[in-house]
Parts: sequence; C-alpha cells; structure tokens
Amino acid sequence: MYSFEIESPVSVADAVAALGKEEAQALGGGQTLIPSLKARLAAPAVLVSLSKIDEIKGISAADGVLSIGGGATHASVAAEAGAYPALAALAANIGDPAVRNRGTIGGSLANNDPAACYPAAALASGATIVTNTREIAADDYFEGMFTTALEDGEIVTEVRFPIPEKAAYVKFEQPASRFALVGVFVAKYPDGVRVAVTGASEEGVFRWEEAEAALSGNFSASALDGLSLPAEGMMGDLHAAPDYRAHLVGVMTRRAVTAAQ
Amino acid sequence: MTKVTMTVNGKAVSKEVSGNTLMTEFLRDALHLTGTHVGCDTSQCGACVIHVDGKSVKACTMFAAEAEGAEVVTIEGMANPDGSLSVIQQAFQDHHGLQCGFCTPGMVMTAAKLLEENPSPSEHEIRDYLEGNICRCTGYHNIVKAIMAASGQDVSGIAAE
Amino acid sequence: MPKDHGIGAAQKRREDVRFLTGAGQYTDDISVYGQTYCAFLRSDVAHGTIKSIDTSDAEAMPGVLRIFTGKDFEGIGGLPCGWQVTDKHGEPMKEPGHPVLAQGKVRHVGDPFAAVIAETLEEARDAAEAIVYDIEELPAVVNMKAALEEGAVKVHDDLSDNLCYDWQFGSDQADVDKAFAEAAHVTTLELVNNRLVANPMEPRVALGEYNRANDESTLYTTSQNPHVIRLLMGAFVLGIPEHKLRVVAPDVGGGFGTKIFHYAEEAFVTFASRQLNRPVKWTSTRSEAFMSDAHGRDHVTKIELALDAENNFTGLRTDTLANMGAYLSTFSSSIPTWLHGTLMAGNYKTPAIQVNVKAVFTNTVPVDAYRGAGRPEATFQLERLVDKAARELGVDPIALRRQNFIDSFPYATPVAVEYDTGDYVATMDKLEEMIDRQGFEARREESRKRGKLRGLGVNCYIEACGIAPSNLVGQLGARAGLYDAATVRVNATGSISVMVGAHSHGQGHETAFPQVVAEMLGIDESMIDIVHGDTSKIPFGMGTYGSRSLAVCGSAMVRATEKIINKAKKIASHLLEAAEADIELKDGQFTVAGTDKSVAWGDVTLAAYVPHNYPLEEIEPGLEETAFYDPSNFTYPSGAYACEVEVDPETGRVEILSFAAADDFGNVVNPMIVEGQVHGGIAQGIGQAMLENCVYDENGQLLSASYMDYAMPRAEDVPFFQVDHSCATPCTHNPLGVKGCGEAGAIGSPPAVVNAVLDALNAGGMTVDHIDMPLSPHRVWKAMQG
Repeated sequence: MYSFEIESPVSVADAVAALGKEEAQALGGGQTLIPSLKARLAAPAVLVSLSKIDEIKGISAADGVLSIGGGATHASVAAEAGAYPALAALAANIGDPAVRNRGTIGGSLANNDPAACYPAAALASGATIVTNTREIAADDYFEGMFTTALEDGEIVTEVRFPIPEKAAYVKFEQPASRFALVGVFVAKYPDGVRVAVTGASEEGVFRWEEAEAALSGNFSASALDGLSLPAEGMMGDLHAAPDYRAHLVGVMTRRAVTAAQ
Repeated sequence: MTKVTMTVNGKAVSKEVSGNTLMTEFLRDALHLTGTHVGCDTSQCGACVIHVDGKSVKACTMFAAEAEGAEVVTIEGMANPDGSLSVIQQAFQDHHGLQCGFCTPGMVMTAAKLLEENPSPSEHEIRDYLEGNICRCTGYHNIVKAIMAASGQDVSGIAAE
Repeated sequence: MPKDHGIGAAQKRREDVRFLTGAGQYTDDISVYGQTYCAFLRSDVAHGTIKSIDTSDAEAMPGVLRIFTGKDFEGIGGLPCGWQVTDKHGEPMKEPGHPVLAQGKVRHVGDPFAAVIAETLEEARDAAEAIVYDIEELPAVVNMKAALEEGAVKVHDDLSDNLCYDWQFGSDQADVDKAFAEAAHVTTLELVNNRLVANPMEPRVALGEYNRANDESTLYTTSQNPHVIRLLMGAFVLGIPEHKLRVVAPDVGGGFGTKIFHYAEEAFVTFASRQLNRPVKWTSTRSEAFMSDAHGRDHVTKIELALDAENNFTGLRTDTLANMGAYLSTFSSSIPTWLHGTLMAGNYKTPAIQVNVKAVFTNTVPVDAYRGAGRPEATFQLERLVDKAARELGVDPIALRRQNFIDSFPYATPVAVEYDTGDYVATMDKLEEMIDRQGFEARREESRKRGKLRGLGVNCYIEACGIAPSNLVGQLGARAGLYDAATVRVNATGSISVMVGAHSHGQGHETAFPQVVAEMLGIDESMIDIVHGDTSKIPFGMGTYGSRSLAVCGSAMVRATEKIINKAKKIASHLLEAAEADIELKDGQFTVAGTDKSVAWGDVTLAAYVPHNYPLEEIEPGLEETAFYDPSNFTYPSGAYACEVEVDPETGRVEILSFAAADDFGNVVNPMIVEGQVHGGIAQGIGQAMLENCVYDENGQLLSASYMDYAMPRAEDVPFFQVDHSCATPCTHNPLGVKGCGEAGAIGSPPAVVNAVLDALNAGGMTVDHIDMPLSPHRVWKAMQG
C-alpha cells in the first residue's frame, strides 16, 4: 500500500470537512477499498473513516419507509431491517459473516460494483439515496459500472426504501468471488412492479422494464413467459458468456417472483 | 504515525502505527501475535479472522487505526484461562478438523461466533457460515463435524464406515 | 474394541494443540535480527525482450539497500530440472536455461526480472515500482497446438522449437495397431485436463540468513523437502557446499506438490543475504502466488479404446499434449511421462497400450506436480473413456469395468509397472454397498419430480505411490535417488527423537510416525518425538510427495528401529545374563523367553549411556541408529469412487449430493488421519471437476489471478464424504504393508463427478458425450443447449 493518513471523524460535518482535503477519500467498511489499496490501485493522501460516525448507523421504519443509515453494516441490516424482509435477507447473504460485520450499505452504493447486491435493491425499491447535501432518486443515482451521481466528497448518509407489498431477491453466485453472476430484485408496489438486475449488464445495475410491465399486470412467474433479454450488452467473462447471463436474468426473475409470493 | 490504544486478549496495548497499517500487520509485527494468518489479499480466505468488539472481522481488511478503543480477541486468546483447549478448539482436535493448521485460527474464530449466534446449527447453516473461510486440506468434512460436535450435537452417524 | 495405541489407533494429533492456539511457527512467523525485505519486479507481459532496466532512481529511494537484476546472476547457475526425459528417438529433452532473475527475455506474466532489498516491505515495493524498464513485448504462445505449429513464436530462442520432447511408451506398435484393426468397437474421446493452481493456504515465504563467522547460509522456506532444496540450490544454483548450507522448513501450511520445487525466490534470498550480509525475507502475496507458484495438470488428450465383440478391452492408445509452461520446473518433465504413462493400464487387463506425450513450452507459468501429478490425468482419461464406451455399447458402466478388471496379482502391465497387490472387485463391491445403488432409480425419480436431473457416476483408480526405487527411476532419467532416511535417537532415559527425511505439512507425521515406533518397542507414544524439516538435524531425506512418507521414510524408520531393537536386545541379554536369541521385547520389557526374568526399556537405555555394566568389547555405548530405505517397487493404492449429483436444468448448476470412496491403502497406521487425507483429496478433485480453472487469454495474461476469479472449493460446495478403507491388500514389499493415501482422493474423484453429470444429462434425454472440466454452470448449460 502507498502511505496515507487515516482520520476518524465522529460526525458527518467533520467527515465532510476532512474529505475537503487534498487527495482525501472516504473509507466505509473497506471491504472493497482495502483490497484495492493493497493492490496499489488507489493512492489517497488521507482516508476518512466513516465507521465512528454513529449518526449514520441507524435503521428505522416509519410510514411505509425503511430508513437505513449509510454507515449501517450488512450485518445490522440483516438483523434490524425486519420491516423489509427481502432486504434483510439480501443483506444476510452478501459476502460472508466477517465481511458483513464491516461492509456498509453506503459504501456498497457509493462503489456501485456491477455485481453488488445492494444496487439491485435500491433500484428495484425506488429508494432515495440521501447524502450530506441532497436526496437522489435511485433512478438517477446509478450511472454505470462503478459510477454514481455522487460528487467528490459527498457522503451517503441514509437510504430510504419504500416498503413494498411483496419482494424477493434471488442471486446466482459467481463461483469464485460469490458476488452475483446475476442477481434479480423484484418488488411489488401498489402502483406497479419494479425489477432490477445486477451482475449482468455492462452498464451496471438496470431495470428490466418489459418484465416490470408484464408483472405489473399479473404478478406471477407465468407473466414472464416469452420474455427474454438480448445477449447484447451483457457482460462476458471467465464465468459466463453474455447469452448465458441473459438467460439467467430470465430464470432468476421468475424465481424471484415465485419467492415473493 | 498515530497512536492506537486497544485491548488485545484482555491486555491493554498502545502503539504508534502508520495510517496504512493493517490489523494483521499490527498483530503479527507489532504484538508478535503470529497466530492470525494472511492467506490472500482479496479478503476471501478468512485465515485472518479475529473478533473486534465481539464481532468477527477479517484482520487483513481493517486498519489498526480503525480499532482504536476496541476489544480485540485473537486465536491466542481463545483457550480456557487455565491454558486448556476451549470446547471448540478441543472439538477440532477430537474430530481432526485441521491438517496443516494454517486456516485453523480463522476457522476457530468464525466457528466461535457462529455458535454464539446459533447454538445448534445444522450442517447447512455451518457450511453457509463458513463461506468466508477457505480450507485446502480437510475438504471441510471434519471442520463441519467438529463444529456440530462443539455445539453438543451427536456426530457419530456422520458418514460412517 | 478399536486400538488406542500403536499401529491402527485413531490417535488425536499432538500437533493440533499448537495450531489451535496460534502457536504454530510458519516461515512468515520467523523474523530475525537485522532482517531486510525483498520485493520482486515481475513481468506484466507474457513474452518480451528486456531492452533496458534503469534502477538508479529506485536505488536512491528511502530504505533501499540494493537492487538486483538478471545481470547480477550471470555466471551463476540456473534453476535445474531434476528429471531428464529421453524422447522416442533417443534424444534428450530440450532443457532451456532458467535464470534466477530473467536475462534477455521475460517468458511469462510473473517472470521476475529485478528485485529490491530494503529496510521495510513497503519501501521495497515502492522502489520496485520506481524501476524504469523497457521491455519490448513479443507475441506470446499460449495454446499448445499453436506452439507446435511450424513457424510459431519460440519461447526460447536458443531452442529449435517449442517441443520439449516427443515421448512414446508402452506396447509394440504392431500389437497396438492389431488391437485397433481387429476391434469390434472403438471408443474415442478428446478431453482437457484443466490447468490448476495448488493454492496451499499458506503462500510461499523464503528467508535467507548468512553467518559471516562460519560462512554458513540458512534458508527458512515453505518447502515439502528441505534436503532437496539444499541439494539443488547448493549444488546447481549457488555453488554452496552442503555443510555450509542449512535449509529449514518449519510448520508449512499445506503443499500439495507446489512446495516440492526449488524456486527462484529461495535462491535469490540466500544469494542476496550473502551479498548484503543481512537477512533477506520474501513473503508471497496470494496474487504473486498465482503467477509464481508452479501450476498443475494442463493436458490436452485424445484417447482411444479398442474392444472386442465381448466388450473386452483389447487396446488403448493416447496422444497427449502436456504444458510445461515457460521453463522446466524441478519435476515437470517426469509428470506427463513416468508418472502418467505408466498408469494408463488403470485397473484393467488391456493387453496392448501405447502412450504418446508431447511436452510443450508456452509463455505461461511453469507446470509441475500437483496432488496426484500425472496419475489424475491418466485416471481421468481412462475412466471417462470407459464410461463413454459403456454408453455407446449400451452396457452398465460398472459391469464393463468389472469384466475387465485385473484379477490376479502380481500383474505386470504393458506400461512397465508391476502391481503387487489389489482387489478391485472387493473395492467395487464395497462401493456399491456404500452408495445403495439399488435405490438410485427411486432417488432419480424423486429428483425428477422436483424438476432436477439426478446422475450417478462411478470410476476406479490405480496409482503408483511410495516414490520410488532409485535404480529404476535412475534408468528413467531421474537425477536423484528417491530413497529416504531416518535416525532413531534413544536418549538415556528412554525417550526417543526420530529424525525423518519426510516433511509434515498437514499429514500428521508427528502423531502417526510415533505410533509405529511405539508399537515396535511396546512403549508409550508420548516418549517419542518426530523431528523433521531441518537439514542440520536430520541425516538426509527426499521429502514428502507422491504419497511416499510412510511407505518410504516410514520404512526407513522401521529399519532403524529394528537396529535399535537388535542392539537393545544385546544390552538386555548382557544385563539379564541370558543368550541374545532368548530375549523377547514386549510392552517395553525385555524378557528371557520362558522365564519371569526381565529388564525394562528404561534400564536398557540407561545402560547404553551409563555403560558401567555393559558389553563394551562387543558393542559401542549409546543407542542411536540410522537407516536409509530404498523401495524395491512402487506401491499401488487403488479404489472405486462414486458421486451422485443433481443438475438444475434451467441454470446448469450442479449440486454434489453425495460422494463415496472405497480405497485399498494396504495397512493403515492412523485411520483418522487417513480418512482426513481422503476427504481433502476428494475436495480438491471436486474442485478440479466443478470449480477450479487457471485461464490465460490469448496474449498470455492470467485471467484467474486471485480468489475473485479462481474458484476455490468452499464448505458449501461439498457434502459429507463416505470413506472406507477396509478392503486392504497390504503392500508386499515394504515392512509396514502400507501403500500411501495422500493423493488418492484427488486422483480418484474427478471422473466420478463428470460421469455423474453426464449420466444426469443423458438420462434426462439429452445426448452429451463429454464436458470439459470444470463443469461450471455455464458449461453445463451450454452442453444442454446441444
């Protein structure tokens, strides 16, 4: 690793100030950032650790909305997001227990790994990503692989998930990393169904609108009969070719709908 | 350099560390607690699992500075106060849950947390919980069996012969 | 009542206590006064010409002590290959140079061409990054077939081409041709044995230390065979005589073959520590391990089986391309030849067999032994082929195997080995009993109702272990003897240190070896300690690989213990004033036969060291004996394995439901340890069959370079295993009757898994002849699409 200083502010305001320094970078749970620092893929001068900021760790449900602090770990979400069981289940299945004890929802959403689980939940739920400066709708937040609407120095302080009537997330794991080779989050709201897919597209997490339309009329796996995605635009790598990923999106979507019943 | 103070295996320690000092480096190099092992650089193998404030974490994916004020337990702190093996450690020996021993500290630390959270886990629950701990020697058979046995379950019927 | 003592007892392992409490001492746990740190600069291209390396800026960086490049190793030896294979025209294999640091060219991603020594690791890494170099990238050869084409880019410019050797072995050509010409049926299969990375959980580490006072170098290293490293590094690379070189392999966190070999980093830290007069330590990262540990397998094979009208195997012919990588690693050349071709008979009495192997240089990491080494490749080809033959002929795959089993021993195969014992019918009977074969169709139906395809796959295996008779392997090209050695040192109070040449890195020698000595002497195991892994303490040894430790080194230990008993009986006869021939040793007491006159073990050992009343005119004081043991044959463990799987027809995902192994290991010293070895081997075999794949792109970039892309088996990928070793036919030529068990699981399991998946698909109405490993969901799904 290159050398850097670590600061551990205890408030969002102090963290924002610290992030204003030259070559400063936020450190959430570090479960992705630290391995990339080890590989010398990043060279911050200052790492601003967010893990001591208690004000962004809360999880609470009110008025049909589950609010999760950006600093909440996957383990906390798994344990405390009972108001949104599909989301709690998703969190309980990210990485492994030790990773879940450090990794945070804010870190995951800020990183926007194309195979991460949380982006699918946020997009399928039409969540609102709250930062120290503004509120961003999930539909406006994800801008492609590892790219989001966040500005430099902006911190995800909270994520607000409207709680759906029914929802489920189904992940087909990449055999080595155990990230999503394809993950599909389906959420049924009174005004329609949203389907978000992670792991599959070269553009990162996306909504499968044809499936949403079909499911909004008939929320059952059979509503998806005959629907498929083209292989074009899907990722291809060691573990899966684009056509296989496209196929899996269909299978996982049907399974998610079934699981959500 | 910043000064960090924490409790490791019940003892207060205070050392100067660089910002980029990982917990693995702090434990192994500064405290000479070499039982916490480093088997990969992508946070996957789990040979470095320790407990920080009662939670399992991968010590290779946490900076020492982030453990300021924390209660840390490593494999060196897992035996009974009289030095005898703890129930989990003893079960690993009784059921041959280790071979080369390199992944073992992480396995024991993870297993200890599993049994705290779930005192009588099923085979499936154990295998699932071990997702972040890779063993290349045992094929996991005797690790899973040892954890079941440590939880008081009867393992005599497992893959008899 | 199971034994709790001596041979056959499932004793708990004494080494576990230190490993379970964090008190093990692995190489990276050792730090010495004045230690410096080393970082290697490794090639990021697969093939290139080194135009220039400018270290001047890097040398001026903080903490940097010295930077070495290939120039510093001019005139110094390269890394040697330990086995000279002779090709089918009688020519020696091509043996390119392998400098410690690359000279002139880099030949694979990860090839080290410079190294920095600095006060701290981060300073060394910073400086390595600051070295300015110009490497002109050349086209790389990755694919073996392409590497052999006329005009292909050459990995080594001084060689005529990329063919290391073209080897042929087995029956007379005419006999093989006749078998195929007269065959009623010929089954043909082309397959890949996927390239693997051994991945012991402990990455490699090397720490070199130089003592100016006595001109002695010490190397602490993660090795399976410290004496071999001392021999190769001392004699071939650095020119340091053995008495000035100590190699220590302390606790080693798994090896699986990849820690057999002598590596550049070992020679480098030893060399550099002498240059700097400071200890030099190198610790591999996992990423570095993927591009510097020798890889395993990587064969492409066409295999054909001739059968007569009654389905008897009449001929077998194979054509294999074996990847050597860019350089010849220590045992690389022997793996696809003598450890592979000699096993092609398998468990079957096929009368005519011909094996052809072309070994090929490519711009990839060197390939060498990985658990099983050659024998898994042989087993996979043969057992996949027999399964395919059964499907083509519409006969039961187990019945076809049974019909062709070798059924009388000793049996001389057409591929030069003589199986001393075995009972393939017994292990197959046992297996069928273990897996409830009768109930399989009902289980298949139950899966079908849940929308899943269930399959059952079976295979046999035979391996040659207990490596190896020195005079035989010498004729075959080995440049070392493959005996082993042990010293039994009995102390005055009767406690014993046994210094063994085998090295334990998970195999439990510290527990199992004392069981043998304890049984022979009738004393408690707690009085006996095993000393291993240090050339300064142990007379000699060839190390641990090829399932050889107990069969070869254990035999040396038995011989040395026999010498101890003989001498102790002489002492006892003197003390008891009886004839030596009348002295019996039982339960730690020397008794005059037929009397109640006896003397205890401790009295005899004390007399040996306090020889006041002692036959000094006949024997020397002291009680220490050394034996070297050279086996007269290989050992031949064998068995039958079965796997049951369920395939998800929508995704191609395969779940392993059960795995059963019926092995014949001959006699067993510690059944708990033996079962653990089989479990681990099976998991690695399932890993090869289902998950693991080391992949290069066409430019020689390593795509599976971390655990993010190289799929290691995890707890949830495997079931509980059923293992049995009750069908034992003891080895006839070593004193313990043991055969070895370390590699069996990895050798025997991949075909069972693949056969099971193909059974599931074909029974599910698809026609799929073969899928290359690993059977990833994607590959299975693709095969199902037709």
